[in-house]
Amino acid sequence: MKTRLQRLLPLVWAIALFGVILLLMVTKVLPRSYQQMLPTICTYIIMAVSLNLVVGFLGDLSLGHAAFYAIGAYVGGMILRYMTAIPFGLRMIVAIVAAAVVAFGVGAAFLYLVRKLRGDYLAIVTLAFGEFVRSIVKIIPGTGGSAGLTDIPTIAAGAFPAKYIKAFSWSYLVMILCIFFIVNLIRSRHGRAIMAVRDNAIAAASVGINVSRCRIVTFAIAALFAGIAGVLYAANTAAVNPADFDYNVSIEVLVMVVLGGMGNIGGSIIATIILVALPKILLDAAQYRLLIYAVALIAMMMLNANPRFVSFKRRVGEKLGAKFKSLRKGRA
Amino acid sequence: MVMLETKNLGISFGGLRAVDEFNLTVNKGQLYGLIGPNGAGKTTVFNLLTGVYAPTSGGFFLEGQSLAGKSPLEINRSGIARTFQNIRLFKDMSVIDNVKVGLHNAARYSLFEGLLMLPRYAAEEAALEKRARELLRVFDLDGEREYLASNLPYGKQRKLEIARALATSPKLLLLDEPAAGMNPNETAELMETIRFVRDEFDMTILLIEHDMKLVSGICEQVTVLNFGTTLAQGETSAVLSDPKVVRAYLGE
Ligand SMILES: Nc1ncnc2c1ncn2[C@@H]1O[C@H](COP(=O)(O)OP(=O)(O)O)[C@@H](O)[C@H]1O
Ligand SMILES: [Mg+2]
Repeated sequence: MKTRLQRLLPLVWAIALFGVILLLMVTKVLPRSYQQMLPTICTYIIMAVSLNLVVGFLGDLSLGHAAFYAIGAYVGGMILRYMTAIPFGLRMIVAIVAAAVVAFGVGAAFLYLVRKLRGDYLAIVTLAFGEFVRSIVKIIPGTGGSAGLTDIPTIAAGAFPAKYIKAFSWSYLVMILCIFFIVNLIRSRHGRAIMAVRDNAIAAASVGINVSRCRIVTFAIAALFAGIAGVLYAANTAAVNPADFDYNVSIEVLVMVVLGGMGNIGGSIIATIILVALPKILLDAAQYRLLIYAVALIAMMMLNANPRFVSFKRRVGEKLGAKFKSLRKGRA
Repeated sequence: MVMLETKNLGISFGGLRAVDEFNLTVNKGQLYGLIGPNGAGKTTVFNLLTGVYAPTSGGFFLEGQSLAGKSPLEINRSGIARTFQNIRLFKDMSVIDNVKVGLHNAARYSLFEGLLMLPRYAAEEAALEKRARELLRVFDLDGEREYLASNLPYGKQRKLEIARALATSPKLLLLDEPAAGMNPNETAELMETIRFVRDEFDMTILLIEHDMKLVSGICEQVTVLNFGTTLAQGETSAVLSDPKVVRAYLGE
């Protein structure tokens, strides 16, 4: 078992990375458009890592993660917009806490109601729930209806690059805290219980795990973090609209989780960075497109000639295949 | 002292009477065998005793406490742990984590203490680690503790299931065909381990087994099931030489 100190080591790396990115921002080595993208990446990383908790660690398929993102964005957005008596920094914290609490509550209540469902059935219900939340939001007073909530005070204030530095710092700090908590959860006895339920619910119950409660709490915790991501979204975009949270968002995040590897937090993070940044990078690198293709092709050929990579790929493939199969069967 | 007592325990699946009028008394510290041909209802008895199925008639008692109709969770917490005929390990988890899941309720730290890695989390996790490794050592699995459970050979998977069940500190351990798929050497070794567990952990064990050598070697008493009904019951050597039992096994 790793000592607590060893477990804190990634935190040291995270701080170092923060320093490096800040330096790139201050010196404007990182172009404006990329600086602008950083909070989005942080937000999506929280989304992917928290969805991984449900899909990868608990083994339940959710197609409605955007519902909790929306709840967080609206709760947070409304607090930021209307509670102007509180200074901005404190208001952000209030917004995050409130969004976390509401998303947790709604997530717990939702899964409590559908706790008997698993596999495809649960997936369909989560999909419906996502659309349900989107339409409910429109009729709640103060949300701006279908036009959306506008004029939300944003984190990014001031001149370039100071405003992006501020937006990034907030987002990064919140993201690191979220990842820290999720990783700690997984490494605790509760995290082992979650994975036990995924691998074999009957056996988990036979050794004294409350399967039903475990699923409800895990789903609610994932919802909580999606809610926090929602606040970041609201605080970075200045406007939230019901259309921002349709099922495409849930699917997009699910793709990040699947690509990064189910039950693999680091994978979720890397897949998210690539998927959010790639379209932009490819667009900017249009004149190098052919060069990039060639390099990618050669790299693929070299990797595929490497037996270690091939066996790695096979293992990942088998694991994913098995996961998908058991997800579809609903993990009896 | 009576550990387990069943009274006219029975269950029907539709028209099929899988277990009927099942009466059994297992004393504390006993090694008790449950045998019978395939489909006799042995596993169903275990499923009744662990809450997987609720009995449609009769009841059962652990140290006098009625447990019929309770959930698997409640029954485990009351002191019954089991293994499964078709192995049910947490296959994508490490060997030691499988045992630590069994120790889940042995630790008391809360979700928040875990999230924040507070001192109580660290202390209790260290204790779990120590306990899990002690259990693994009993089954000679400590060397493989970081393997994925699904990568263990079959015989060791069966042992790991016993270790995981023991981790919940049960009063009564139910083993469903622990020697299935093992070669004679492994079976002999398993017999030693089961005896060791009984003596060392002061355990009461009820086991289902096909291997007659194992049953006659370690069980003091046996019950023979056939088509859901009790065919014979009593001291092992007497029961096994009972012509009724011999006939049921040889199928006349
Ligand atoms: N859930 C169930 N539904 C219907 N029939 C069942 C169920 N579980 C067991 N049975 C039936 O009960 C009988 C006893 O099965 P089982 O207890 O597994 O036998 P054994 O373990 O002695 O080989 C079999 O005929 C089996 O088909
Ligand atoms: Mg059986």
